[in-house]
Amino acid sequence: MKISREDVLRVADLAYLELSESELETYRKQIDEILEYIGKLNELDTANVEPMAQVLTDDQTADATLREDVVVPCKVASEILKQAPDPEPPYFRVPKVIER
Amino acid sequence: MPENWTIDRVQEALASKKISARELATDYYERIAARNPELNAYLTLSQNRAFAQADRVDALVGAGKPLPPLAGVPLAVKDVISTRGVRTTCGSKILENYIPPYDATAVERLEAAGAVILGKTNCDEFAMGSSNENSAYGPVRNPEAPDRVPGGSSGGSAAAVAAGLAVVSLGTDTGGSIRQPGALCGIPAMMPSYGRVSRYGLIAFASSLDRIGPFATNVRDVAAVLQIIAGRDANDSTSTTTPVPNYQAEAEKPVKGLRIGIPKEYFGSGMDPEVRKKVEAGIELLRKLGCEIREIRMPHTDYAIAVYYIIATAEASSNLARYDGVRYGLRVDGDSLLSMYRKTRGAGFGAEVKRRIVLGTYVLSAGYYDAYYLKGQKVRALIAQDFRDAFTKVDAIVTPTSPVPAFKLGERTNDPLQMYLADIYTVTGSLAGVPGISVPCGKVGGNLPVGLQIFGPPFGEGRVLQLAQAFENAGGAAL
Repeated sequence: MKISREDVLRVADLAYLELSESELETYRKQIDEILEYIGKLNELDTANVEPMAQVLTDDQTADATLREDVVVPCKVASEILKQAPDPEPPYFRVPKVIER
Repeated sequence: MPENWTIDRVQEALASKKISARELATDYYERIAARNPELNAYLTLSQNRAFAQADRVDALVGAGKPLPPLAGVPLAVKDVISTRGVRTTCGSKILENYIPPYDATAVERLEAAGAVILGKTNCDEFAMGSSNENSAYGPVRNPEAPDRVPGGSSGGSAAAVAAGLAVVSLGTDTGGSIRQPGALCGIPAMMPSYGRVSRYGLIAFASSLDRIGPFATNVRDVAAVLQIIAGRDANDSTSTTTPVPNYQAEAEKPVKGLRIGIPKEYFGSGMDPEVRKKVEAGIELLRKLGCEIREIRMPHTDYAIAVYYIIATAEASSNLARYDGVRYGLRVDGDSLLSMYRKTRGAGFGAEVKRRIVLGTYVLSAGYYDAYYLKGQKVRALIAQDFRDAFTKVDAIVTPTSPVPAFKLGERTNDPLQMYLADIYTVTGSLAGVPGISVPCGKVGGNLPVGLQIFGPPFGEGRVLQLAQAFENAGGAAL
């Protein structure tokens, strides 16, 4: 077994994801099978391989990296707030986090 | 009035006033009303926006002004791509009522080129799936065989075009989500190079893999849509300034003498024997067209699915952290902020999304990062190296798109690993960042389409289209 029930609980907690009892066991089993399959990567010696974090090469990104940091007015602020479940313009409201 | 519109035919008909853009849009909405209840390809229709755009096109025609390249062309857009003022759900309950305040760059460019956005197409939730059965709004059915899946995750975009409910559509491809449904629905479908098309406004799944690309009924139309959406966008720092050639002109170039690599690793066990026969006939057709066929080796192919499900889930677990019930989408109240997060995410996400968040968080978590995520990134480098090595010997790589034709609804839903293996021939190109197309390559079992996949080197879209066009012209679809 690659992944335990406690592992799934710990990870779900890290991801702020509520799982039911049946979800917990189903995912544990399925993820265990997937991790078992992923284990085949250990057949490869990668000691001298540089990890690849993205596909673009340096010369492709040379002119396509960071733009100038210029302040641009946001014209859709009110539309954005309209999408919030509990807006109080110009704020997003969340449940109380600090007890007095 | 022709039943099967293409971009060229729309252009001719508008210019000669045989039809107006409004009439054409109306015709497509009638088709959708007739067929969509069965296929479930569209989730949201955008009539107001479509008719306003059609009227703008008709005004240009009326004034005798030149028409932009996609004037009046009915377009469908996958529901993970933002459309201002038009609901965009990502196939998820968590975004059931989300209305984006801005357009994705690809959408903005297509509309500026005259396209008429008919609506938003169904897809696997957050583009996670290979059959479209992971949509919170029900599966899409394959127009060729309604008891079967259309492929995924861009199943709605593929089905809409294949069923004549749009002339062209946009999908997204992270591990095969454009090419595989294109193959299963029997239409050309292209994933451009990473960095070729702006991802601005594409709701992120796995940022180092996600790409936007077109579906159409013919290769020429694929090229026409790519032409508009390709190129640098200041809003996406990973879109490059690599020059954009004229893709339709590239597609017309002769293919005689091009070297085609056939990687042995893509023809192993697990492939349906009938699919194999069709793909081999497709390779034979390319040989008859004067291409030089060479067997090549891509030794890390067999590790691609394992790498993909580390990298893609890791990136997804990070990208999907934004759905927290604060700024948009669903909120389920709890007795504290953290409990609100947990309940919102637990109620809003479907099973496949939760499974991937758990897996992705696990492979990134302390103690497992090196064994999984770092290992995955290293093997990804080896897979990319396989492609670089291959392209020193050949001009393009040809493989099957999918090991099997469209499977029956429900057949694979209980076994995620089996479902993941549907992407076995497509994820390699996703990890390497190269462009790929799936073109129709005959049918098996009477009516089930087979796709032939053509990979080119990075930013080699022109060559991919050139081979696809020659294959189509030579009757590849009827093999």
